[in-house]
Amino acid sequence: MTGFLRRIGGMQSVWILGVLLVIVAAFSVAAGRKFLSTSNFSLISQNIAVWAVLGVGMTFVIITSGIDLSIGSVLVFSSVVAAKIMDAVGGDGWSTAFLGILGALVSGIAWGTLNGFLIAKAKIPPLIVTLGALSVALGLAQVLTGGIDIRSVPEALTDFNTYIKIAGIPALPFVALIVVIIGGIVLHRTRFGRYTFAVGSNELGARRVGINVDRHLIYVYALTGACAGLGAVLALAQFGTTTIAGQSLTNLNVIAAVVIGGTSIFGGEGSIFGTVVGLFIPAVLQAGFVIIGVEAFWQGVAVGSVLVAAVYVDQSRRAAAQRGGSRPSILSLIKSRSA
Amino acid sequence: MAYLLEARGLSRSFGHVRALDNASFDIEPGEVVALIGDNGAGKSTMVKAMTGNLAVDSGEILFGGEQVTIATPHQASAMGMEVVYQDLALAPHLNPVQNMFLGREIPRRGLLGFLGFMDEKRMRASAEAGFAELGGTVTAFGAPVGSMSGGQRQQIAIVRAITWADKIVFLDEPTAALGVVQTKNVLDTIKRVRDKGIAVVLISHSMPHVLEVADRIQVMRLGTRVATMPARGTTVEQLVGAMTGALDLA
Repeated sequence: MTGFLRRIGGMQSVWILGVLLVIVAAFSVAAGRKFLSTSNFSLISQNIAVWAVLGVGMTFVIITSGIDLSIGSVLVFSSVVAAKIMDAVGGDGWSTAFLGILGALVSGIAWGTLNGFLIAKAKIPPLIVTLGALSVALGLAQVLTGGIDIRSVPEALTDFNTYIKIAGIPALPFVALIVVIIGGIVLHRTRFGRYTFAVGSNELGARRVGINVDRHLIYVYALTGACAGLGAVLALAQFGTTTIAGQSLTNLNVIAAVVIGGTSIFGGEGSIFGTVVGLFIPAVLQAGFVIIGVEAFWQGVAVGSVLVAAVYVDQSRRAAAQRGGSRPSILSLIKSRSA
Repeated sequence: MAYLLEARGLSRSFGHVRALDNASFDIEPGEVVALIGDNGAGKSTMVKAMTGNLAVDSGEILFGGEQVTIATPHQASAMGMEVVYQDLALAPHLNPVQNMFLGREIPRRGLLGFLGFMDEKRMRASAEAGFAELGGTVTAFGAPVGSMSGGQRQQIAIVRAITWADKIVFLDEPTAALGVVQTKNVLDTIKRVRDKGIAVVLISHSMPHVLEVADRIQVMRLGTRVATMPARGTTVEQLVGAMTGALDLA
């Protein structure tokens, strides 16, 4: 158990949780009850619900030392597909909504699988593949709609967001919480998660022990796509409309949260818990600034600074832990072999 | 005694380069055979060809006296052969237990196992037993491998290989990056592996190490085997002579 505590103590997600608690404490002192109210935290949790779902997939991708810039556009495309389907079927009930949800998930998984295939099989760098998908998915969504948002979302979905509470938690954050918990279990407790770390830590090594790295990468990107599809459903429920022009920074916000939460951009290391903490920091800052009357524009300044500081501290900590430089030596050995 | 693994007349060209030119190799059960040669002599290529990592243009491989085709590393593993690569192929962020069972995780029983959950306790116990058997210096089973010394990492890779290999372990330059004490540990490990009845193929540049642990030494030059000598009674000068071609024994 002490080993467990030491391991936890060494994780960035734990001390970044400390940073979050300091921020919460500071706002509590400055704004008191207004900040600490249930309604405030309910609002914060609703604001991060969609990003939390996207963050689960993004954490997996970044641990494989990949990146997915396309999630925002895939979310838009999937929400357009869902809205079109629900519009065509008509009606305001759950059966209509169900078909829409199915459409959004299929669309998300299809985009993710395409990304994964191009990355794993065609060996195009993830940055380029998903940058392309970002552009194509958004472009196609605009083609499908003529650039005008579709507002015909069944009441079943919007009511789900507005009225339903499960165990005292509003519906959207509750769905996000379930996704986060399942994501955490899969990442940290199953073979799928273990392979995700292994691929990011040493791809060649993973291949040599017989892991089907290509197939695993395709699964991971498909998972991220599925998360974007589910995110599309939640966004439709939240706003009652597609958000064609509203997701241009979603990818970067989610990536920032994942990285603030201690997932290494170089792969091999990370946690879903850290991502959730990393999502709360900007959301809490935003809510806090509004309450204490600071212009909300300062949120961007604060989050950007936290991001850079978090990665700097994390890297120095790792460099200290790895004195003697294991990673460079392994890398150089791989290079000398393949030369 | 019959050979456990025998390669006869392997040839393989890359463009104009004949990496293997009618090369042969043989090893008996439980024997330590050193494979030496200058850079580019074809040692690593030979190991790749015998472990399913490289297809040959011609030649045959016999395993236990029967002709076999080893097309994939998987197949070599299934036959009881494992390779410890020069770069070790460990995942630096995972701990020794996770590395040891990477790709071979023990699933939990029942539905949980079906869902991909792993039996961490059994894997850990079995890994600890494996390290204890080799008198390992690895004690931090929960720490990432990347934070460990070169000698410890080497040992993890060797323990992983012998856990899964019951016939032959190939070691590619296992002491190249190690200090004096760590080198001695690796050489002791090789002897213990041999004492378990597992054959060891040792690729090395270090003549004294080769003479210390090997039973036989096979020398390669320009893609072919030019000499086979018993370690006993052979001198470093003779080995170097065979490697460089100054002494023509073929």
